[in-house]
Amino acid sequence: MGQRIDIEHLNIFYGDFKAVEDVNLNIQSNQVTAFIGPSGCGKSTVLRTLDRMHEIIPGAHITGKVLLEGRDLYGKRVDPVAVRRDVGMVFQRANPFPTMSIRENVLAGVRLNNRKISKSDADDLVEWALRGANLWNEVKDRLNKPGVGLSGGQQQRLCIARAVAVHPQVLLMDEPCSALDPISTLAVEDLINELKHDYTIVIVTHNMQQAARIADYTAFFNLKAVGKPGHLEYFADTTTMFNNPQNEEAERYISGRFG
Amino acid sequence: MSDRRDQRLPGQSQELAVGGVADADKAMPDQARRQAVATAGGGQPNRVQPSGTDDAAPVIDFDKFKPTRSFIAARKRKDLLMRVLVFLAFLMALIPLISVLWTTLAAGIKRLNWNFLTYNMSGVIGGLQTPSGGYGGIEHAIIGTLEVTLGAMVISVPIGLMCAVYLVEYAHGGRLARAISLLVDVMSGIPSIVAGLFAFSMFSIVFGPGTINGFEGSVALSLLMIPTVVKSSEEMLRIVPGDLREAAYALGVTKQRTITKIVLRTALPGIVSGVILAIARVIGETAPLLMTAGFISSTNLNLFSGQMTTLPVYVYQEYSKLTVTCPADGGAGCVSSIPMERAWAAALTLIILVLVLNLIGRLVARVFSVKTER
Amino acid sequence: MREESDVTTEQLDQPVSGKRADAIFKGVAYACGIIILLALAAVTVFLLYRAWPIIAGDRQAKVETIESFTGGRAHNFLQFVGPLVFGTVLVAGLALLIAFFVAIGIALFITHYAPKSLASALNYIVDLLAAIPSVVYGLWGGIVLVPAIEPFWAFLAKYLGWIPIFAGPVANPARTVGTTAVVLAVMILPIITSMSRDIFAQTPRLYEEAALALGATKWEMVRLAVLPFGKSGVVSASMLGLGRALGETMAVLMILSPGLKYSVKLLQASQNQTIAANIAAQYPEANSQGVSALIGTGLVLFLITFLVNYLARRITRKQVAK
Repeated sequence: MGQRIDIEHLNIFYGDFKAVEDVNLNIQSNQVTAFIGPSGCGKSTVLRTLDRMHEIIPGAHITGKVLLEGRDLYGKRVDPVAVRRDVGMVFQRANPFPTMSIRENVLAGVRLNNRKISKSDADDLVEWALRGANLWNEVKDRLNKPGVGLSGGQQQRLCIARAVAVHPQVLLMDEPCSALDPISTLAVEDLINELKHDYTIVIVTHNMQQAARIADYTAFFNLKAVGKPGHLEYFADTTTMFNNPQNEEAERYISGRFG
Repeated sequence: MSDRRDQRLPGQSQELAVGGVADADKAMPDQARRQAVATAGGGQPNRVQPSGTDDAAPVIDFDKFKPTRSFIAARKRKDLLMRVLVFLAFLMALIPLISVLWTTLAAGIKRLNWNFLTYNMSGVIGGLQTPSGGYGGIEHAIIGTLEVTLGAMVISVPIGLMCAVYLVEYAHGGRLARAISLLVDVMSGIPSIVAGLFAFSMFSIVFGPGTINGFEGSVALSLLMIPTVVKSSEEMLRIVPGDLREAAYALGVTKQRTITKIVLRTALPGIVSGVILAIARVIGETAPLLMTAGFISSTNLNLFSGQMTTLPVYVYQEYSKLTVTCPADGGAGCVSSIPMERAWAAALTLIILVLVLNLIGRLVARVFSVKTER
Repeated sequence: MREESDVTTEQLDQPVSGKRADAIFKGVAYACGIIILLALAAVTVFLLYRAWPIIAGDRQAKVETIESFTGGRAHNFLQFVGPLVFGTVLVAGLALLIAFFVAIGIALFITHYAPKSLASALNYIVDLLAAIPSVVYGLWGGIVLVPAIEPFWAFLAKYLGWIPIFAGPVANPARTVGTTAVVLAVMILPIITSMSRDIFAQTPRLYEEAALALGATKWEMVRLAVLPFGKSGVVSASMLGLGRALGETMAVLMILSPGLKYSVKLLQASQNQTIAANIAAQYPEANSQGVSALIGTGLVLFLITFLVNYLARRITRKQVAK
């Protein structure tokens, strides 16, 4: 089941540069929360702090708190690797492992974590994850073919299957549809709608129609000027955000007057 | 052309003069024409104000900038000349290559047979035939070369590969990493004889003077091999897309497992290919082995004790003998030019070995390469 | 649901499996990086240690050793190493001179003149040239090239003999600096060619097309766009080739008839010797003091090649940084 995330006074730095300033946000469990905003506003950066992926860049660090169901993800003794096992992530571009088959890709998370898994368990897990990603019927006859042989949309759903196979509580998606054609996008959006019954979903998107279609809540990020840190401008349920926003900047952005 | 211009610009007598000169002297040499233009133009040939308007752009007589026919012809001749020179350069590279390969093949094939490959040089007297019906062989040298090279590989592949991992995955372009990669570059230029001296000095200090064995040669060769392995592995690791690393991290995989099971696995064909090419490179090294691994005529299987002949050293030793004298009463089978024939046959073996390794290296890279797109 | 999250609560704080392997792996990688530094330091230290007797050892023994090496011509280390350095630089420099223009020509041919199919065949030929072991070049040079090139040298001496470097009498067999330099040139040709080729191939299409659009001929395009772009790369490639020629042992050992003079008579025998070949030639008969002297010369060679390579890399690195 999904878990809630609470962000308190989050500042994100790259070295000395402050990229994001003072974000306070409560992400509800088993809901879809969308991050929107102009380029460079830090929405992807905030997303990547939720599974500590931003730390891959040397010099990146934060102040403030990120709580997953009340537990501090940045606690002193918390290992980022452990965090990532609870919080899964899907990327902008589908990135199945090129050396692995479809089946091995799905099992990658479990196998790479050195957990032994019996063949029948593995079979069950593969089918469960692929069904969960609405991909099972399309690939069940070619599980041992390379994952990179699939179409773009199928690859992206394979990546979602790979992420859910490690059974996280939260799924983070960083513009998962921006490289996909409209039909594939629709398939992934349908999938997101189903997945929220089992996971808390946070999605960054450039596409406001998409946010309006799939999100329960929407957070609008903005930045005052280029070179200034980004910040959370306005957070509301999606209906309010798109129909009656109580924030001037958000209204301007949504009605297409900038960004 | 110049007629039209004359009509458009009445009263510009200078222009008329220029046009006239150009027309009349089309065939004039380039130099002379330029001079003519300069004199006729009266110092200000380029800027001509049209009558009537004051602030219009200057009208330019483009005819003056046109190259003459002779100038164009000269350019074409030069172009052709350079084409010929470049092609000649290519031919000049072919001559030594073909000559080296052909003479080695022609001179080496004569003695390159099974007997030559399966006997060593012990019991070979002058140019006389051995009891087996041959004239000695390179069995011991092949074994020596394989063992010494294997030793070098065992030392340099782990070090080189892990150094590349450090540079690409951990160092993030820090000062130490920059120093290391600069020194790797510099190290790849160490003369092979210096590598030999190094191994010789090290072993004589650590294990006492006069130490000579195959492993000493391996150490010398690995000094030459490490930089090649580092460079090629580094290149291969860098082209593994960062996306794949992120995907693995996001699944909660530790950095070590991400590197060994995703990054190295994806780069594996390229790394293997690089290692094979590095082996092909050091397998022909002679100078460092001359002073570290030494030379004996019998087969020595122990890498860690006693002298060990290698193929390149064998070639050199046979070359240095030049000829052997045959006894006056000869014996039917005595061949006085046998050392040189053995040298060529061993050289042919060496070239075949190196070329096969090269071919395998290239094939590995091509056939097993992992398609990462982008 | 509550229970499940409690379980994960504990897991977050617990040490992750593979944590220790992670640390060990990182340590090993770091150590291997350091080994590179140590190896180079070790080369210097060990050579210096073994060469020390000839630098600071007993004076009488030093003089005897050097005199026995040189037939009484030199009396101290500097007098001994001087002609060797001269010979090394002379042979390598000459080889570079010969190889340079040919290599640039081939690189241009591959990247800008040859049709595609021929270019890839050529690439393979260049790689082949690089793959042939130096001992085979030595064998070829000593047995095939020495007699073959003798008439050419004789021709040169006859008509250009008034130039000191081509002064006769021409040595027969032609085991001379000239012949050696030709073989070394063939050996460093692939190094310079392949690096120049890579640089030339990277010339931005925009520059080339701009030149062509102005009506430049092919050669003018090469001179305007390709050569200026590749200049520093070519210089660096040449220095790497020079470094290789400076350290080449076998080809010199197997071809050159040695001498220890400050001489530039390229066509006469017994004029010069290189450091590397001298080490290989005298090493088998040297006593302990003699080995020190040879290692001393090896140290000098190491420093020279180190410098040349370092400069070459500095040049390319600057280019990359731009």
